[in-house]
Amino acid sequence: MLDISGIKRLQFDVLVIGAGGAGLSAAIAASQEEDIRVGLVCKSLLGKAHTVMAEGGMAAALGNVDERDDWKIHFRDTMRGGKMLNNWKMAEIHAKNAPERVRELEHWGAVFDRTRDGLINQRNFGGHRYPRLAHVGDRTGLEMIRTLQDHGIHQGIDIQMECTALDILKDDEGKVSGIVCMYRETGEFIIFETKSLIFATGGAGKSWEVTSNSWEYTGDGYGMAYEAGAELIDMEFNQFHPTGMVWPPSVKGILVTEGVRGEGGILKNNEGKRFMFDYIPEKFANETADSEEEAARWLDGDKSARRPPELLTRDVVARAINTEVKAGRGSEHGGAYLDIATQRSAEDIKKKLPSMYHQFKVLAELDITKQAMEVGPTCHYFMGGIKVEAETSMTTVDGLFACGEAAGGMHGANRLGGNSLSDLLVFGNLSGVKAAEYSRKLKGMPKVKDEDIIRIIKSATSILNREKGNNPYLIHEDLQKNMQYNVGIIRTKNEIVDGIEKIERMKDEFKEVKAAGSSQFNPGWHEALALRNLLISSEAVAKSALLREESRGAHTREDFPDENKDWLEYNIINKKGNDGKMVTVKEKRGNPEPELKRIANSSIEDLENEVKKDHEKLMPKV
Amino acid sequence: MSLRNFKIYRGDDERGELVNYQCEVTEGMVVLDVIHRIQADQANDLACRWNCKAGKCGSCSIEINGKPRLGCMTRMNEFEEDQTLTITPLKSFPVIKDIVTDVSWNYKQNQEITPFTPSEESKKKDFVMMQKDVDRVQEFRKCIECYLCQNMCHVIRDNEGKENFSGPRYMARLASLEMHPMDTADRIEDVKDKHGSGMCNITRCCTEVCPEEIQITDDAIIPLKERVVDRFYDPVMMLFNKIFSKKERQKTKSKVSSFLRMFF
Repeated sequence: MLDISGIKRLQFDVLVIGAGGAGLSAAIAASQEEDIRVGLVCKSLLGKAHTVMAEGGMAAALGNVDERDDWKIHFRDTMRGGKMLNNWKMAEIHAKNAPERVRELEHWGAVFDRTRDGLINQRNFGGHRYPRLAHVGDRTGLEMIRTLQDHGIHQGIDIQMECTALDILKDDEGKVSGIVCMYRETGEFIIFETKSLIFATGGAGKSWEVTSNSWEYTGDGYGMAYEAGAELIDMEFNQFHPTGMVWPPSVKGILVTEGVRGEGGILKNNEGKRFMFDYIPEKFANETADSEEEAARWLDGDKSARRPPELLTRDVVARAINTEVKAGRGSEHGGAYLDIATQRSAEDIKKKLPSMYHQFKVLAELDITKQAMEVGPTCHYFMGGIKVEAETSMTTVDGLFACGEAAGGMHGANRLGGNSLSDLLVFGNLSGVKAAEYSRKLKGMPKVKDEDIIRIIKSATSILNREKGNNPYLIHEDLQKNMQYNVGIIRTKNEIVDGIEKIERMKDEFKEVKAAGSSQFNPGWHEALALRNLLISSEAVAKSALLREESRGAHTREDFPDENKDWLEYNIINKKGNDGKMVTVKEKRGNPEPELKRIANSSIEDLENEVKKDHEKLMPKV
Repeated sequence: MSLRNFKIYRGDDERGELVNYQCEVTEGMVVLDVIHRIQADQANDLACRWNCKAGKCGSCSIEINGKPRLGCMTRMNEFEEDQTLTITPLKSFPVIKDIVTDVSWNYKQNQEITPFTPSEESKKKDFVMMQKDVDRVQEFRKCIECYLCQNMCHVIRDNEGKENFSGPRYMARLASLEMHPMDTADRIEDVKDKHGSGMCNITRCCTEVCPEEIQITDDAIIPLKERVVDRFYDPVMMLFNKIFSKKERQKTKSKVSSFLRMFF
């Protein structure tokens, strides 16, 4: 029998797992509530989470650059970008609250780029009707995480760095009661007893070979929540960002911000043709420029001109690049050319996109003020995730909350650029407040069960104790190749089935995984621990992708190339069945509030008129 | 493609040695790629920190042939094919394992800094700040906290220095707060006493290693030192500071300078 009496235990009212934008926001919000002890666990050092990589900005209808903007238009853009599959309520909460959260960030010390009037500047981005993204050059994520970090460390939050969460503990009634974690530095285990848990654990982009995600993106939240009985929703919607670096090989997948196109960058094929004009979906034809001349006027600030087709939603642009490459019109290394050099002055480019300039200069030895970049799709974001209730962020497990990329529903079938950072702030805040409320209502600390703790620890240490076994790095590489090839950007039944079979085989290999060395700062062990979660995430993605027989947003089925309106009625849910196997089912969506439905389906002209009247009513009468 | 030689530090703070490895290097590879390759194929338990692999998170700070660098932004084609690369942990901080160091001292310094403090009044409406007034603050806020400057600073390298000086990273942070147009806190006394600005003797080593090319010395440390001198060592300013609060000081200063501008 394993003796666990010597293992350190800490008690909290609210414990947040993950310290990116969502986790920090959640911890800060919970810490503002009276008598609530808040803990924050991060897998890396504080301030290094993946949010730091976000470049373009955070979307909020502040109306600083174009006063016509309003939450209603932002909501409509979000729903249309998500192909109407978004959780209506979440999209409403997001659009309504984003401006306040962005202002709050400024009050905490974020220094955004300014308009001529000294307000927060906003830039254009794909799928957004107006310039809407509050930004700091092309390093908005860094600004956000540093601001939250420097504010958060003064809020009495107990921060546990380089600490990996292993599995959730529940009491007899099935409520969350704690979580077992491991300090990466020493390999020591720690038991956190808590009344509520917030998962702000990000996505699982490390399931693919070409990805913009860092090593942390191993679907830990999906895996742990799934094991604890929570439901995963919309897992088939994986966003491939259209512009990742493609050359040299070692940097393949690293993100090239959409801000390049927001600032006027154009996409060309190897014939020099600006091909996006050929890929404008009918639904967006009304709102998209149909000639280079009109696109140029838009860039000059002509409000009557429509947006260039390079700023269509990410799913559309990623598929277009993919098609061009397949047709033999790709760039030298199999991508498309992204050209800002001919569109903006060198000075502007360095001012607006300094980190892109630096990134290409150092990593690709290319001067983006003179030459075109080579770009191609890279796995970027999970629209799906742990299913939550819109108003509380609580999952289907009592006491377990989720926010940010870890949660599903808000972005539907495709996320608009810039809606992630604002999502982190809005739902991070909401989940923090709601988890604190939930914890306050509980009478005592829910009980953790020793047998569960022992089971979790044993399963982790068996990886080290095994005499010999499979190399975790190699299984991970196989999984990435499998997902890239079989469940990638364009999907078809036979390949997905093949992909699922391979995942089954890898699950068996994983049972015999072995990490050499001791438990102290051992990346091989860490990799092996993450593998379980990667496998669960990938299985959910593949099974959902197989079930959804249509193409919608980021989910493209070659064998079902069109949207099917019947499928609009359903989400796909994955959960652990009684036999321990994954169950994948269709779930009927709830009816939206009629008012939300009306706004989302309004024509842009009607809605702009309506908003104009709304704004006039609010204006003080002179 | 070529087979290249590496020496990597393996061990902890007390014991350790340089271990030889060989690795195939292909076009475009950076030093962090090499470490990952060795980790996957030859040494699964080789400890290293990294996150973004694009110079944005500041996790993979190491010393390459004795120079503090980001592993992810150091290309292999900088070096000759027959050159052996020596990869070691940052010298100024205790080694946890292999090339991972304990940087918690830095987090403690940050905790000591009075955070951003806007007035309650100003929070009631949108901040109005002109771009030119925040350009300098934004320069400091580019910092990715890689701690290469902290590692390179000779004051910090000398262990006693850690007790007296917060280091260049936090001088830049202090400067970003002091120069923020909406901030109302006064940190100048702390800059001198708690954070030890006087310890820096402007050798500019920090600025030279900054991967974000922040002008730490010229734009942050020297102006902070000047403010300290103004406050504590200039008899006229000392009197001025005794009479006026921070806000009044700023107002009066700008009135004085616009008055002077009429003549110069």
